Amino acid sequence: MSAPSTALRAGRDPYHLGHGADAGVPEFSGHGGGGPAPKGIVVGYGFWIFILSDVVMFSAFFAAYAVLLDARAGGPGPRELFDLHMTAIETACLLLSSFTCGLASMAVGARSLLWTELALLVTGLLGTAFIGIEISEFARLVERGAGPTHSGFLSAFFTLVGCHGVHVSCGLLWLGTMMAQFAAKGFRENICHRYLCFSLFWHALDIIWVGIFSGVYVIGVITG
Amino acid sequence: MNTDPTSRGRTAAGSRVGEDRVAGAPSRTLDEDSLGAELRRYVIGLVLSALLTVAAFLSVGTHLIYGPGIVMAVVVFGLAQVGMHLVFFLHLTTAPDNANNALALAFGFLIVCLIVFGSIWIMYHLNHNMIPPRELMDMRG
Repeated sequence: MSAPSTALRAGRDPYHLGHGADAGVPEFSGHGGGGPAPKGIVVGYGFWIFILSDVVMFSAFFAAYAVLLDARAGGPGPRELFDLHMTAIETACLLLSSFTCGLASMAVGARSLLWTELALLVTGLLGTAFIGIEISEFARLVERGAGPTHSGFLSAFFTLVGCHGVHVSCGLLWLGTMMAQFAAKGFRENICHRYLCFSLFWHALDIIWVGIFSGVYVIGVITG
Repeated sequence: MNTDPTSRGRTAAGSRVGEDRVAGAPSRTLDEDSLGAELRRYVIGLVLSALLTVAAFLSVGTHLIYGPGIVMAVVVFGLAQVGMHLVFFLHLTTAPDNANNALALAFGFLIVCLIVFGSIWIMYHLNHNMIPPRELMDMRG
């Protein structure tokens, strides 16, 4: 009872919550001194945590895929199904779109509307090409009777890769929204925060895809 | 860049809340010449990622790598590329102003490893300990 009340009576903040210099702690000691972090850092950090939780969700799908890899119910395996040429094109699209997304971040930093819109447009086109190739691949698989209902392996494959595809599609919607918002509202602070979250999201999608193309496609074709 | 005393403020060491770097954002000096440096980072990241991607795809059916080790080589290429993305595209460092982001990533990495390797380990042993369907038929018959 005594310690906090005496501290309060003395007009002091025993835990140095936001009174850095007054309470005699070194400024910005990492104990709340200097007040709360700026909005941009809070937003970015929160979205980074979301991205990591998304990665954890994908890891569960990866684990399911690895466990069900041999559950083929007499059906085809990765070597018969996957076309690495298409995967290579998809990979190139997504990697380049991640790069142009970085260029768009630079343009946002330089407050250049033209370059921002241009880089975002290229990013969106590459992302659309990726999704188009993926949909045609899925259609080809279903057509030859290797749909998600055929075996445990194919269920896990469609869930993992399809979930990534849904993420990219949502990212494309978000990208269009960002282009419209930059055009309509300019480089307002909250729009720039929103764009920062988008660029994190888009780069993270490419990181997930690195796991998919190496773990599912390339290793799948190597091991059969 | 980070050693510039004017941009770092008075106390250079320790985690400074007000100086934390935004996740995914480059370090704080955005003037004309740092734009060139930033572009260089993205280009380096793109080139290295492309090289690792090409290496991963070329390892299919290659004779340059010892056969049974090819899968491990692809895993290494993949992990290296994830590292390239984190460093060059997401600007992740272990500098004090980035400690929160790096620690969150480390925790995420731990959970991912637990889920993936834990699942594979447990399911492998479950499969191992189960009676194969053929023997089950024999017992019934």
